[in-house]
Amino acid sequence: MAKMYHKEKSIPIKSSASALYNNLSVLRIAPRCLTYFTVVHANVVNMVSASWDGLNYSHRQLQSKEGNVTTSSSLIMQAAWCVLPSRDLLVLTSQKGIQMYESDGSIMVYWHALDTPETPTAKAVFARGIAAVRDKYICVGVSSGSVLVFDVPSKGSNITLSEVLEEHKEAITDMASECSGSLEGIADLVSADDSGLLCVWKSGEDFQLLNKIPGFDTSCSSVKLWKGTVIAGYGTGQIRLYEAITGILHAEVNAHARWIYTLDIAPFTGLLLSAAEDSWVRVWHLSLTPETNSVEIEHMYNECVTDTQICGAKFCDGDGYAFAVTGYDLSEIIRYTQA
Amino acid sequence: MSTRTLPLLFINLGGEMLYILDQRLRAQNIPADKAKKVMNDIITTMFNKKFLEELFKPQELYSKKALRTVFDRLAHASIMRLNQASMDKLYDLMTMAFKYQVLLCPRPKDILLVSFNHMDAIRDFVKDTPSILSQVDETNKQLVEIYTPLSGGEFQLIRQTLLIFFQDMHIRVSIFLKDKVQNSNGRFVLPTSGPVPYGTHAPGLMRMFSCSGEEVRRMQFRDGGNYNAALREGSFEMYGDRVIKLGTNMYSVSRPVETHMSGTSKNSSQHTKVNTTPNPLAKEELNLLARLMGGLEVQNPVGTDSGFRVNLFATDEEEEEALISRPDELSYEVINIQATKDKQTNAELAKIMGEFGETGEPSPSSSSKGDDLLAMMDGL
Repeated sequence: MAKMYHKEKSIPIKSSASALYNNLSVLRIAPRCLTYFTVVHANVVNMVSASWDGLNYSHRQLQSKEGNVTTSSSLIMQAAWCVLPSRDLLVLTSQKGIQMYESDGSIMVYWHALDTPETPTAKAVFARGIAAVRDKYICVGVSSGSVLVFDVPSKGSNITLSEVLEEHKEAITDMASECSGSLEGIADLVSADDSGLLCVWKSGEDFQLLNKIPGFDTSCSSVKLWKGTVIAGYGTGQIRLYEAITGILHAEVNAHARWIYTLDIAPFTGLLLSAAEDSWVRVWHLSLTPETNSVEIEHMYNECVTDTQICGAKFCDGDGYAFAVTGYDLSEIIRYTQA
Repeated sequence: MSTRTLPLLFINLGGEMLYILDQRLRAQNIPADKAKKVMNDIITTMFNKKFLEELFKPQELYSKKALRTVFDRLAHASIMRLNQASMDKLYDLMTMAFKYQVLLCPRPKDILLVSFNHMDAIRDFVKDTPSILSQVDETNKQLVEIYTPLSGGEFQLIRQTLLIFFQDMHIRVSIFLKDKVQNSNGRFVLPTSGPVPYGTHAPGLMRMFSCSGEEVRRMQFRDGGNYNAALREGSFEMYGDRVIKLGTNMYSVSRPVETHMSGTSKNSSQHTKVNTTPNPLAKEELNLLARLMGGLEVQNPVGTDSGFRVNLFATDEEEEEALISRPDELSYEVINIQATKDKQTNAELAKIMGEFGETGEPSPSSSSKGDDLLAMMDGL
């Protein structure tokens, strides 16, 4: 079998990646032929802006400086770019709260503090799971199981918490919005938690719960929503494909030998990326057959990142022509492009 | 992140410390009664009721430096003394061993089995001393009660918290290099073969379902690895077969304790830089630490005859050399907190205590900070 992807020159980062779910975010700045990457290291976010050939890059680091300075600087759980029609924002979630920055990390436009107890409790407090939904919403998950919906104006810092969705009982792990760009679909958002429960939502002034897909006692660590299909990756190394509205299980794949850390989808081609603690990155292809209302999954490619527990993997473009990978203790972003 | 991490970190690092000390006490032909006393004293201190009460309270992890202080004190809880080079080496070995176990444990939940392996071994060390054994059993019971109900997701958070604690530590350990589980750059080898974790299927099978839920097609994909089915699940009870070997004693007379002392300098130096930035938390953390360590009762050698020194190196010369040649970026910048009484009896310790403070800072201010802490600890 011919190699589908080959390794390119890596992009160094200032400090190594922490073992956190979905610990890589990618934003493509087409007009300037740049790609922005973020990788979380403990209480710091590494930002890199790189040319498309990966040969030129510049760095910036964001600290989780928040609230008053006498409190400790908290650990960051996730950093992700949120692309809304009117603006792009960089969203950071931590033990203390949620920070929203302009996409280049220059200005913090919004800060939402979490309810943190005076003395630590047995249940940790943090925010995790970030998704931009439709025209103006950014949704963020919380360790209590709540999903916070923020209403984001087309410019300025007048961001408001418009709704709190209370359907999950366990800590939110990940969230994803419909990424096909199609407005026909009914489902806009899917949220996942530590029990494996998936909630499917329709956005609007009031978010509407469309469906609850029960878990099977294992964490769903990463989730995607594409053309009405929920793609979920679990702690058991399985990937499952569900029809969002009905919860019908279309496919189940024993994909990885250890905990899956991240999934990504190239919306234009239906290529699916999965990566796990087992040091494997796999590429799959999804195809829909509307007549029979079925989804097929086909395995395309394996890449082993030797001796690396992978924590982030993302396509760099909508076709899945290139992807990037991060791993625990690695101070680089490894890039692959189609041969 | 997880507020349930500290007890597991302490117990597993403590377990590793006991393995190493046990091996060194034998290697240096320390009389059996003295060796026994050292092990018993340290285990008694480790499982002190008041200390564990503090330890098991939900809390964030301490910094590396603060935790090192706790273990400095614990290692000196008996009549044995370690000089700084040996203590550095001991701490390097402990931390790299537990990092390896955290990284390699098949499922996040298996960190508990690793902990039970340590607890089982500690129980074996004190099996002839019922009073200490019951102390250890008490902690074991607490571990079972607190940790067995946690979900896989909560264990993953504990594991991720531990991995942040151990991040960028790449000290090479000879026993790992010899076993080919560590590469020369300090990174651990992750196998892509062997049994998958309990509850996981070996990769390869793809199943498709119809709308009515019937399986309509099965396919295999080439996964590129060489995995086989999971072993049976280890026992999460007080006693039982843990199945996994991570956390058991890897040292023996034929496999002595050795380290290569070299970090991959790039990462380590970066890390030190992060650590030396002024931390507004420092005082808060010192207070917590003092409270925690108030429970650590330290025995002082009565006379110079009964005390002895243990060396983590083959010879004294080697030890001295290690102290001088240790790269700056690997310096733990230990906060030396020793009971004030030690000062009078042990000149060497007094000298080390004089070195309290952060490197590069003028010593007067930092030593006064040290005195405050000493006073606090004595007051507890």
